[in-house]
Amino acid sequence: MEATTYNYKVVRQFAIMTVVWGIVGMLVGVILAAQLIWPDLTFGIEYLSYGRLRPLHTNAVIFAFGGSAMFAVSYYIVQRTCQVRLWAEKLAAFTFWGWTLVIVLAAITLPMGYTSSKEYAELEWPIDLLITVVWVAYALVFFGTIIKRKTKHIYVSNWFFGAYILVIAILHIVNSMELPVTLTKSYSMYAGVQDAMIQWWYGHNAVGFFLTTAFLGMMYYFIPKQAGRPIYSYRLSVVHFWSLNFIYMWAGPHHLQYTALPDWAQSLGMVFSLMLLAPSWGGMMNGIMTLSGAWHKLRTDPILKFMVTALSFYGMSTFEGPMMSIKTVNALSHYTEWTIGHVHSGALGWVAMITIGSMYYLIPRLFGRESMFSTKLIEWHFWLSTIGVVLYIAALWIAGVTQGLMWRAANADGTLTYSFAQVVNTMYPFYGIRLMGGAMFFSGMLIMAYNVWQTTRLGRAVNDAPIPQAVHA
Amino acid sequence: MDSGLISGIVTAIFIVVFIGIVWWAYSRGNKQAFEDAGRLPFEEDNAPISKGDSK
Repeated sequence: MEATTYNYKVVRQFAIMTVVWGIVGMLVGVILAAQLIWPDLTFGIEYLSYGRLRPLHTNAVIFAFGGSAMFAVSYYIVQRTCQVRLWAEKLAAFTFWGWTLVIVLAAITLPMGYTSSKEYAELEWPIDLLITVVWVAYALVFFGTIIKRKTKHIYVSNWFFGAYILVIAILHIVNSMELPVTLTKSYSMYAGVQDAMIQWWYGHNAVGFFLTTAFLGMMYYFIPKQAGRPIYSYRLSVVHFWSLNFIYMWAGPHHLQYTALPDWAQSLGMVFSLMLLAPSWGGMMNGIMTLSGAWHKLRTDPILKFMVTALSFYGMSTFEGPMMSIKTVNALSHYTEWTIGHVHSGALGWVAMITIGSMYYLIPRLFGRESMFSTKLIEWHFWLSTIGVVLYIAALWIAGVTQGLMWRAANADGTLTYSFAQVVNTMYPFYGIRLMGGAMFFSGMLIMAYNVWQTTRLGRAVNDAPIPQAVHA
Repeated sequence: MDSGLISGIVTAIFIVVFIGIVWWAYSRGNKQAFEDAGRLPFEEDNAPISKGDSK
């Protein structure tokens, strides 16, 4: 018999875990920010040292928070825009428990110091294998659902999700090629500059396809839904999709400016990064213009505020990124706090805010309610997050430029003007502002958790959301 | 064949592919199909939704 309802269970599980992992990951971030000011904060306990917590923070916010959010929304959107129940639901349940196991294993092994030392791919080989199995299951469920769809067209969000699932699989497998020595230690199959290039081909496309393409799919569904009108230009979204995917793939070398990478490859990375501005801004405009004629909703609807602010940060960081890839700018910005500021303008401003907005749309629907427990608290969350991000990135802009200028300053006889410790000392006030901004963003997540908890308490788990029976051509 | 020529050819192919995609996306024949696709998120609820969640 054909199913008449959608599978909301797995969506609900991932949605709740999005909030939980968001809090965990951002808490670790706040601790790290404090450690930069007070290095002895964790009493010299090795498991809590900066070097071990840092990969825990990045993995938790990207793969636990961002990953769970993507599983939740892609399972929700693919069902609702294909008008069928998930294909292979047992496999879908496996992706939830498998992904959660990956996260728990990461939370155990990274503080213990087990790492492959590849940024954003630190997890050791047994976990890499588990990720591969879970990801293949994810691909089967997602594409299986697309294949059995009842609608004629495949909505643009699903194109973005499809690209994300496919590319992340390729990136993960290629970059994780490693030779195991023991259960907890492996060595990369690549060496030297090839290793660096493959790592940053992976690293940049993790940003491009995990943190951008996937979340654009989220944007293309939830902004129209929350604004109550179709996307401004569907045709632009098609051009956006193909040009973004074509160009992103080549931008990785900008992480290796002025290294042993051949000069032509560095320039190639820079040129493709500059070209990325066009599709990025096209997509941003498409999202923002969806509100044209409905701008008044922005005044009263904090969920829309989250989404539109997210797009604004997306626009800002996709302008900043290409600028930073220009070799002469990169000579100043690379290895400084500016880079960290840029990453957080994208990660907190864009990824987290579009996710938070989408969760505020999604969670009441998964629990049979019209809206969240309190709209007032969403408003509070919005302002805490926005002011928090602005403080964070402004502090690190100033810190980064200062740092870059101090590092390159030279006396007439060619010696360095400032010692490294002097530069560190100059960073203190900016680290303080950064900690404050991060703590504000984190406290917003706690408000969200309370709001979500109250919403689930008052609501009921919806397992009977009906699939429309009239098939649309 | 030197690498400059190869890059030239690849660049030309990419430009042609890009123009092809734009032409496909904006051709008159596909207008209706793309507009239908754009309405997919709203076809789930029979009435067009205009209410937000601002309560």
